[in-house]
Amino acid sequence: MKLKKAHKNKIKSSPADRAVQIAIYVIVGLVGLITLLPFLYIIAGSFATEKELTEKAFFIIPTEVSLNAYNYITRTGEIFRGLKNSIFLTVVGTITNMFFTTTFAYPLSQKDFKGRNVVLNLVIVTMLFSGGMIPTFLVVKNLGLYNSFWSLILLGAVSPFNMIIIKNFFQEIPAELKEAARIDGSNDLGIFVKIILPLSKPVLASISLFYAVGHWNDYFSAMIYLQDPKKETVQIVLRRIVLLAGGIQTDMFDFDILGTPPDKAVKMAATVVATIPILAVYPFVQKFFTKGVMVGAVKG
Amino acid sequence: MGKSLSYSKNKPVSSKKSGGFLKYLKQHKWLYLMLLPGALYFLIFRYMPMGGIIIAFQKYSPFLGIKGSPFVGLTHFKNFFTGADFWMLLRNTLSISLLSLVFYFPAPIILALLLNEIKHQNYKRTIQTFIYIPHFISWVIIASLTYQLFNINDGIVNMIIKQISGDTINILGSPSYFRGLIIGQSIWKETGYGTIIFLAALSGVDMELYEAARVDGANRWRLMWHITLPAIKATIIIMLILRVGSILNTGYEQIFLMRNSLNMSTAEVFDTYIYQKGITNAQYSYSTAAGLFKSVVGMIMVLGSNKIAKKAGESGIY
Repeated sequence: MKLKKAHKNKIKSSPADRAVQIAIYVIVGLVGLITLLPFLYIIAGSFATEKELTEKAFFIIPTEVSLNAYNYITRTGEIFRGLKNSIFLTVVGTITNMFFTTTFAYPLSQKDFKGRNVVLNLVIVTMLFSGGMIPTFLVVKNLGLYNSFWSLILLGAVSPFNMIIIKNFFQEIPAELKEAARIDGSNDLGIFVKIILPLSKPVLASISLFYAVGHWNDYFSAMIYLQDPKKETVQIVLRRIVLLAGGIQTDMFDFDILGTPPDKAVKMAATVVATIPILAVYPFVQKFFTKGVMVGAVKG
Repeated sequence: MGKSLSYSKNKPVSSKKSGGFLKYLKQHKWLYLMLLPGALYFLIFRYMPMGGIIIAFQKYSPFLGIKGSPFVGLTHFKNFFTGADFWMLLRNTLSISLLSLVFYFPAPIILALLLNEIKHQNYKRTIQTFIYIPHFISWVIIASLTYQLFNINDGIVNMIIKQISGDTINILGSPSYFRGLIIGQSIWKETGYGTIIFLAALSGVDMELYEAARVDGANRWRLMWHITLPAIKATIIIMLILRVGSILNTGYEQIFLMRNSLNMSTAEVFDTYIYQKGITNAQYSYSTAAGLFKSVVGMIMVLGSNKIAKKAGESGIY
C-alpha cells in the first residue's frame, strides 16, 4: 500500500499540488514545534540563572548552567514527599482499579450470564447521570474515608467506560478455549485467571496505563478529600509552589497582589520534576495507548 | 424488563424449570462472586450519591443527617434560579462550551486530515509522538506552564509584548482573556491526542476509492470532500454527541486552576460554583440543588443529541 501511494505521487503532482503538499508539511511541523516549545523553555529555564531568566525573553540553551533551583527543591523536600504519595496512590490505585474492573467485566462478558442486561443497564445509567459532587463528598465522609488515601483509590475504582472496553475484549475470546479448560476441570475463576487474563494482556496494559495516568494527574479529588499536609500529592505541591507563589496558603493565587514570585527557576524546576515521571513512562505508554484508544473506539 | 427479555431469549435453557435459577446460581457461583466487588462499588459510590440528592430538597444538617433533616421543598432551586449568580454561571459555562465547540472541536479533525496527507512515515510518526505528549500532562502542570509563560511580571509572553509595545497586558488576571486562555489550553493539550481516533477511521478508507476518483480527474479538495470526510463522518458525529452531551461540563480542574479573584466574572462556572458553595462554604443542600440541575440537563443533552443522531441515520452511542 505504501509503495502504491509513493508511486502514484510521482505520476501526478502539478506545481500547485506540490505547493499545497509543502504547506501541509510546514503546518504540521509548526504544530509539533508549538507543542514542544513550552517544555523546552521550562527545562532550559530550570537550569538557568535568575539573571538570565529576567533579562532574556526566550532561550532554549542557558548560557550559564546552574543547579540552584534543584538544590532548593531538594532542600525543602516537600516535592519528594508529594512524589512518594503520588507513586503510592498510582500503584495501589491502579492495582485496585484493575482488580475491580476485570472481575466485574468478566461475568458481564458471558452472554448467557443471568442478570447481565440488568447490571449493564445499571452501569450505563451511571454514565448518564450522577449524584454530583456534594452527595458523593458526603458519602465518602460518612464512610470515614475523608482524609484517607482510600477515598481517592476507591472513589474511581471502576470506570464504566474502561469496564465496557475490557468486557468487549473478553467477549471476543473464543468460547472453545473456555470449554476446553472446563473439561479439564477448571471452574470460572480458574478460567478467568489462567485463560482470560493472559490472553487479554494488550487491553489490560492500555487500560492500566489510562488508570495510572489518571491517578498521577488527579488534582481535584486530592484537593477535596485529603487535608493532611503529609498526604499532599505531587500535583498539590506543584500547584502550591508554582501557582500560589512559594507556599503561601491562600485559596486564590493572585500573582499581581502577592508580588513577584521569589524564584522563577525554582518554579520551573518544580514543574520539570513533576513532569519527569510521566515523560519517563511516555515511550512505553505510547506503544499501548494508541491500541487502547482503538479498542475503545470499536463499539461492541 | 431486561430480565424477562433475557429469559425469553434463552428459551431452550428454561426446560429445566423447577429450581432452575438456584441451580444456575450454584453452577456459576464464581461468576456471581466475581461480580460482587464491582457491584458493591457501583452501589456505594455511584448509586448512594444519587440517593443523596434528596438533600437538595431538605435543609440538610450534617448533625441531623438525611433522616433527621427537615424538608423544604423547592426552596433551594428557587433561590438558585432566581439568584443573581445563575445567569452569570449559565453565560460563562455556555460561552466556554460553545467557543470550544467552534474552535476546539474541529481542531483534531483538521489536524488528522493534514497528518493523513503526509506520506513520509517517519516525519508523521515523529510529529505524532510530540503532539500526543500534552494529553498525559496534568492540568496543574499545564496551568503552571501557562502562568510561567503569561504572567505579568516575568512571563515570556509579556516580556515580548513589552519589547514591542513598551507595555504589559495582564492576561491571567483579566476577565476578557479568560475564555481565550481556556480554549487555547484545551486545544494545545488535546488536539494531538484527539487525532488518534480520526486517523484510525481514516486508515480504514479503501485506497482504491482515491485511485478511481483520481482517474476521474478529482483534485485534492474533491477527494477530501467526497471520500475522506464521508469516511470519518460517523466518528465525527459520535464525538459531537459526546461533546454536546457534556455542554455544562467545562471541566473542574482546568477552570479551577486558571480562576482567580480578578477574572472571576467570566471564570466562575457551574462546577467551580458548586465546589465553592458546597465544599468550601458547606452549603450542602443549595449546591446539591445546583448540581442536580447540572446532572439533569447533562442527561437530557446526551439522550437528546443521541436521538437526533439516530434520526439522521447514524448509529449513536446507546
